[in-house]
Amino acid sequence: MNKNDLTRIEIELLIDAIKKRYGYDFSHYAQSSFRRRVENRLNALGLNTISDLIPRLMHDELFFEDVLVGFSITVTEMFRDPKFYRDIRTIVIPKLKTYPYLKIWHAGCATGEEIYSMAILLHEEGLLEQTQIYATDFNNTALKTAERGIYPLDDMENHAKNYYEAGGAKEFSEYYRTQYKSAKLKGFLKEKITFANHNLVTDGVFGEMHMIICRNVMIYFDKNLQDRAYSLFVESLIHRGFLCLGTKDTVAFSIVSENFEILAKRNKIFRLLPNAKLRNRIGEKHA
Amino acid sequence: MHDHFECIVVGVSAGGMEALKTILPALPANFSLPIIIVQHMRADARDWYLANHFNSLLTSTVKIANDKEAIENNHIYLAPAGYHLLVEDDRTFSLSSDAKVNYARPSIDVLFESAAFVFGPALIGIILTGANSDGAKGLKAITEAGGQAVIQDPSTAEVSAMPSAARNLCKNAKITPLPEIANYLIKVTEEKGRLI
Ligand SMILES: C[S@@+](CC[C@H](N)C(=O)[O-])C[C@H]1O[C@@H](n2cnc3c(N)ncnc32)[C@H](O)[C@@H]1O
Repeated sequence: MNKNDLTRIEIELLIDAIKKRYGYDFSHYAQSSFRRRVENRLNALGLNTISDLIPRLMHDELFFEDVLVGFSITVTEMFRDPKFYRDIRTIVIPKLKTYPYLKIWHAGCATGEEIYSMAILLHEEGLLEQTQIYATDFNNTALKTAERGIYPLDDMENHAKNYYEAGGAKEFSEYYRTQYKSAKLKGFLKEKITFANHNLVTDGVFGEMHMIICRNVMIYFDKNLQDRAYSLFVESLIHRGFLCLGTKDTVAFSIVSENFEILAKRNKIFRLLPNAKLRNRIGEKHA
Repeated sequence: MHDHFECIVVGVSAGGMEALKTILPALPANFSLPIIIVQHMRADARDWYLANHFNSLLTSTVKIANDKEAIENNHIYLAPAGYHLLVEDDRTFSLSSDAKVNYARPSIDVLFESAAFVFGPALIGIILTGANSDGAKGLKAITEAGGQAVIQDPSTAEVSAMPSAARNLCKNAKITPLPEIANYLIKVTEEKGRLI
């Protein structure tokens, strides 16, 4: 048996062990990225084989928490893809202004930069007061960072650049206070945000959303799991709700594709059609 | 054993446009192996511009690779700006926005290592001009999986750092001057069996 086939078996065993022991299911993640993360983890730990990870994972819960963090890479930025936020401002915000209150869900929010970007934008458009933002991820460590809202000062230059490219017209530095080498985002941005653990593989609907933002998460899932998550989003959206995805994500080839119209093609902003009906209910496929 | 090559991966950085312009149009119309290219670029670069340019030049379809897209013959794929490009066992692409590797996203190592895993000996990897050492480890992974490594002769490279780094790490690679790479590809794919 060649080395790669051996690796395939070991990955399968690892996924199975984690699923049975902790309930996290990585079997429908894109395997090449997942394998890369496992291998990075092995190298960092100085282990030789993937199998060596398994006994320790079985018996050491803290170790698992740590490994889980390594499996969920949380690379993100404030106003990542500035043009996306430009489109939100010009295309979506005018429509959101017609609702008396708003619920917005950021799924896979990582360390939170994206949520504060949206909060700033809503504030500038006079919508933050009437908005409830739900920020979820399945990585508790990332969620804690998100909740703290403190980021390295060194990153602020890039965040500010993105902010202005995204059409920001204020002084960006007014949104945070500098403490030593960090920037702490101002408290009023946080008041309307609820942070919660939510796993897109296993958890369900928890509210009716006017807009869902799920950027750069679907690329880590295989087609099955993407379909599950997209169905969950359709069920969670109000009539004519908005779905915003990452630059390289799309609902186009998913089981819910016929439910959406495209508002911004390049920046992946979709809206539920008036007659949207979910063809495949969640659960049927993954029950 | 594989009796033919199934795929070619190419890594290229500074000076890439000229290098690709030398190689790609020199491949004959019946050269149908899929070619997957990582050209280093900034996250906000207009990647489709490069794809459109080559698409109008060649008979193969040239496009930016999409997430979950199937890899097809007679196609040339470019990694999208700002994302790593990986190959899955079912010969589809997946993308990732994980941290940069060798200061690059897309990174050549990431593509090459995932492709080596999937295609094994049926893969050809090529490192061209560039100013960084990305791709050297990936090219080594390709040879370790039994695939064929090709490096642009550094003395014919606009920027020699990248092919030199690859040569240092990958001793059994075929060092080839830029103008001869296309012919070399035609020759090895013919030798190893049929042109699919
Ligand atoms: C690359 S980050 C994207 C961050 C941000 N949305 C952005 O686009 O900048 C991917 C995030 O998805 C989260 N994630 C991965 N699998 C998940 C799951 N099953 N449920 C919830 N979140 C998940 C990871 O923890 C990580 O924080």
